[in-house]
Amino acid sequence: MGVLHLKINGDDLEVAAPGHWTLLEVLRYRLGLTGSKQGCDKGDCGACTVLLDGKPVLACLTLAATVQGRHVTTIEGLLPAHVAAGGKGADPVQDAFDRCGALQCGFCQSGMMLSARALLNRNPQPSDAEIKDALSGNLCRCTGYTQILQAVELAICEAAGRTPTPRSWERASCADSGAASASDSGERSA
Amino acid sequence: MKAFEFASPVTLDQALAELPNDVAKRDSVKLFAGGQDLLTEMKEHLVEPTKLVNLKRVPGLDRIELAPDGTLVIGCLATLGALAEHAETKNFFTCVAEAARSVGSAQIRSQGTVGGNLNQRPRCWYYRNEHAPCLKKGGTECFAYSGLNKYNAILGGGPSYIVHPSDLATALVALDAQVTLRSAKGERTMALEKFYSLPSEGDVTRETVLEPAEILTHVRVPAKSGWQSTYLKFKERGSYDFALAAVAVAVKSDGAPRTIRDARLVLGGVAPKPWNVPKAAAALVGVALGSAEGAASSKRAGELAVVGAEPLAHNAYKVPLVQGLIVKAIEALAAR
Ligand SMILES: Cc1cc2nc3c(=O)[nH]c(=O)nc-3n(C[C@H](O)[C@H](O)[C@H](O)COP(=O)(O)OP(=O)(O)OC[C@H]3O[C@@H](n4cnc5c(N)ncnc54)[C@H](O)[C@@H]3O)c2cc1C
Ligand code: FES
Ligand code: FES
Repeated sequence: MGVLHLKINGDDLEVAAPGHWTLLEVLRYRLGLTGSKQGCDKGDCGACTVLLDGKPVLACLTLAATVQGRHVTTIEGLLPAHVAAGGKGADPVQDAFDRCGALQCGFCQSGMMLSARALLNRNPQPSDAEIKDALSGNLCRCTGYTQILQAVELAICEAAGRTPTPRSWERASCADSGAASASDSGERSA
Repeated sequence: MKAFEFASPVTLDQALAELPNDVAKRDSVKLFAGGQDLLTEMKEHLVEPTKLVNLKRVPGLDRIELAPDGTLVIGCLATLGALAEHAETKNFFTCVAEAARSVGSAQIRSQGTVGGNLNQRPRCWYYRNEHAPCLKKGGTECFAYSGLNKYNAILGGGPSYIVHPSDLATALVALDAQVTLRSAKGERTMALEKFYSLPSEGDVTRETVLEPAEILTHVRVPAKSGWQSTYLKFKERGSYDFALAAVAVAVKSDGAPRTIRDARLVLGGVAPKPWNVPKAAAALVGVALGSAEGAASSKRAGELAVVGAEPLAHNAYKVPLVQGLIVKAIEALAAR
């Protein structure tokens, strides 16, 4: 057992935990931050994705001792960070996932949203291929991915003040496809 | 995962002092870089070290630099993500950046390092299954030989039929990379190609000639002016995965139309080490990129590349696959 000095979601924390524990174990079993999911626990699924200094990493393959002095963002940190930055309510990515129904069991969702958030922080206008690529480390066994990709697209378009084109995922990206018809938008936000 | 002591030396010498000289102890003290392979091995109880030597506090080992003579010098702690994005690597050592980019997912690339990638252990599912006492784990049998061997070696196999999983190794061998190995006693440098050993050549439980007391500190890729290169990897799924087969092709060309003067061709995912096929590469020399003659020479290179292939029951598909990748990779170079 040792004392770890961690910076999680902006908070400086001192946590007593065995020295060989992963970040995922400390988050879930010491800090009660159970939004980071323990799927495969060996790097295969992405459900445990958190941001380390803004970059997506797998918490199950990260020793907690190695993240001392670095910034960890978990799914629990997205809403407070958005509010602290002057926004209202949930992070736009979370809001878009909610409105698009981009989940079924939800197990992949927190990792998926953090990968999307990291992408949009780095590149607010990614192409379709860039979105797919950035999310490719997060496996979803339920949705078939379509609504997930649409949710990211919705978040991108809203941030840029554009109306997303429904189903544009299968066609051009919303950035190229211009305004959507009213009925299409209705379908999207249903 | 079993508990272990976690040493965080702040100099290379301190790190070297932690390592055992005794081969019998090599798995009880392990170097820890990004942990993206080692922790999976520990979780599956394939290795249960009592001590990890964390390299990440040693300053400077994460640098990627172009030396004045144009040599690319990559520190062992450079992440795959950093290498994939490094401008000079992309421009002058393209296949290396492409191979780094092809590894795993963004999550794996943000922590996985070059040293860890080159020293990672095989992915063969018998090796990775703690209940299968296979040859690689000190047992007496390679279960892949007569078992489920879809992902195993078609070249260079026996007595173990693993394929080396590193994407980076294939690309680096194609560019004649050298590795520097440091121990408390001194330093040695060798061609990366020689760093890897076949199961029939050395210790069948290892894939490299790294001594227990050594750290791979740097990779050096000599300047190659007038060369172009590409890395092409075929995966079973569109998402992240290891290579079913891969090729790294490098050509030096000049004139108009561009005529190939020298070439390198290395296969990945098909053998227990990066499979360098100089005779196949020689078949590309003297022909113009993009010409009908060039297409014929790519096919010829494909035939020569798999000379000696001995597919197992479930992996004969790798022969035409790797031949197709060779043709495509050369087409891609012609289009640049
Ligand atoms: C889901 C998943 C997908 C992956 N996909 C790919 C892929 O597509 N292609 C691919 O090539 N790899 C893949 N990998 C394998 C591997 O994790 C990464 O390639 C990564 O680069 C390993 O680097 P690391 O720094 O995390 O290594 P670590 O896990 O820290 O170390 C790996 C091994 O190398 C040794 N080591 C580390 N540094 C040194 C050094 N400097 N000198 C000597 N020995 C050293 C360690 O002791 C250990 O035995 C994947 C892994 C996972 C979990
Ligand atoms: S729980 Fe970490 S990748 Fe699956
Ligand atoms: S919603 Fe169930 S895994 Fe994605």
